[in-house]
Amino acid sequence: MITRRLLEAPDGRGWQFLAILAAAAVVVPVLNVFVPQSSSFHVTTTTVALWGKYLCYALLALSLDLVWGYCGILSLGHGAFFALGGYAMGMYLMRQIGTRGSYAHPILPDFMMFLNWKELPWYWYGFNHFPYAALMIVLVPGVLAFVFGWFAFRSRVTGVYLSIITQALTFALMLGFFRNNFGFGGNNGLTDFYDLLGFSVRAPKTRAVLFSLSAVALGLGYLLAQAVVRSKAGKVLIAIRDAESRTRFLGYRVENYKTYVFTLSACMAGVAGALYVPQVGIINPSEFAPGNSIEVVIWVAVGGRGTLVGASLGAVIVNYLKTMFTAGMLAPYWLFVLGAMFVLVTIFLPRGVLGLLRRGQHPGNQPSAGADPSNARGLTPPAASGLAGSRASSTPSHSPCVGEGRLAQPAE
Amino acid sequence: MLVSSAIERPRETTPSLLYLNGVTVTFDGFRALDNLALDISHGEMRAIIGPNGAGKTTMMDVITGRTRPDSGEVLFDNGSIDLAKQDEAAIAELGIGRKFQKPTVFENHTVEDNVLLALEGDRTVRRNLFWRPNGHTERIGAILQTIGLKAQRDRLAGALSHGQKQWLEIGMLIAQNPKLLLVDEPVAGMTDAETRTTAELLRDIARSHTVIVVEHDMEFVRMLGVKVTVLNDGSVLAEGSIDEVSANQRVVEVYLGR
Repeated sequence: MITRRLLEAPDGRGWQFLAILAAAAVVVPVLNVFVPQSSSFHVTTTTVALWGKYLCYALLALSLDLVWGYCGILSLGHGAFFALGGYAMGMYLMRQIGTRGSYAHPILPDFMMFLNWKELPWYWYGFNHFPYAALMIVLVPGVLAFVFGWFAFRSRVTGVYLSIITQALTFALMLGFFRNNFGFGGNNGLTDFYDLLGFSVRAPKTRAVLFSLSAVALGLGYLLAQAVVRSKAGKVLIAIRDAESRTRFLGYRVENYKTYVFTLSACMAGVAGALYVPQVGIINPSEFAPGNSIEVVIWVAVGGRGTLVGASLGAVIVNYLKTMFTAGMLAPYWLFVLGAMFVLVTIFLPRGVLGLLRRGQHPGNQPSAGADPSNARGLTPPAASGLAGSRASSTPSHSPCVGEGRLAQPAE
Repeated sequence: MLVSSAIERPRETTPSLLYLNGVTVTFDGFRALDNLALDISHGEMRAIIGPNGAGKTTMMDVITGRTRPDSGEVLFDNGSIDLAKQDEAAIAELGIGRKFQKPTVFENHTVEDNVLLALEGDRTVRRNLFWRPNGHTERIGAILQTIGLKAQRDRLAGALSHGQKQWLEIGMLIAQNPKLLLVDEPVAGMTDAETRTTAELLRDIARSHTVIVVEHDMEFVRMLGVKVTVLNDGSVLAEGSIDEVSANQRVVEVYLGR
């Protein structure tokens, strides 16, 4: 029944997206592994690894779009969930190194030997088993998001305040992971991996398979997210995004919906991080950097907020441009380009690149569809409307009117 | 004497659907509600009027859990439930629906989906993730028929006119099938023809529901033809038929401003 649910969710564009992913998952590895290097059809391992990375970013963007585009939760800390998933994978890969490390200790990773640690910290137990590590990849970001959401959404923290707390969350985690005594390799992080399930992570064939798995994960993530947003619960999420207070007066427990979607999104981000780590070969605390999380927001805005496919597209476009730019002499100007892109897209393409492609079609459930010209909210650029969302609900008991900008009129 | 009568009234046998007594709400020293008392019987339709700042919206906020009273009783369903202890979602589930002064429909949802979201039913995440339509299409169709928006079924609510949004809100209220409907300024900004239609609509709804209408428009209140409560400075100034309160000298002074 769940399969049927997933399969009836995508629309026309969704199927195109899935078809492209499926084709890439098959064709790219074949061109890499079976077509000889002399052929002009050969795809280099570097390219495979690079695009595998883009696909992981696309899954991360998709997970952010689920909460931001559909529920108005502008998380500026999604990089934290991505990094936590990555660390869980990194810990498994570290434990697979075994005696091949510089210190050749069968259990303790090199960095622990270097710190003169005598035994494995308790939280490293079990990571030598892949099923356990796989569980942690989903569970650790999920539990953190659940606990965070439980407190934040129950206290009705919304809008900018919530965004700032999510920034603080990822920043705090970064500082923690930078410390050597935290037990995750300090500022060097986890690296020098050998095996993943017995396959060498450096072998081109493994790289090709990881690329395919990333494409599959993105496709499944899309199906799952699409099934959620197309369900009646998805309609409730959009209702919360557009008129949180009104939704509450209809009897919906807004905090439960938010916690649910935030947790699901964090789990997806964790999976993205886990697939990312073996492909880039390292995970370190800089993945928690607040700037990373903000960049994810830009990907989503560029691609088209509240479209899922657009978010993935935006992640690939921006990162492809980043690779192009930072490779050449224009490298120092990349941040200006990124900033300009965000500003220009916000002003001229409020529905992102996908909005361009969809021009003239039924706007559907777009956050900035602007169906009613008199509705200022409809014309607000996506990022700004997310930031400004539900200011009124931060003072629930004193604002008699629903909606924005009508705070604390004492009585009518 | 007043105090003792309040204590003697046994909670369980309060025969009213909604019972407010001694409700006081203060915002930064401003008394929005001052010892307010209100008694709404089962099946009644009541109009509440009063000048700006009389406390009409604050009263709605207290009933729906948006504002907690500083003191006083807010009892629902024969006095069995203390609304002052519940939050918005819980109160909505108890069966109190509210239409806001400024129409707030879900602009990015179709008219049909707006009614669907309001339709009574399980509000939990799990149920709504795996929700399937089951006779809802007909139910929604009937509601849209009542509020005259059948032709707009698949349009985005944001594209409706102001009057149509007000009716959609009333339709969403009907969909919730509440025991008590709170309708805040339903005809604000409406044309005369729309106002007449709305009055008919509300009279129709009042046949099967308990309704409180807050309104400025005296002509509209006259069309409803129900008992009127006049609020001023956060408490009740007068109560009676529209002709009685219009004849009341104090009401004329504070409300009509003459």
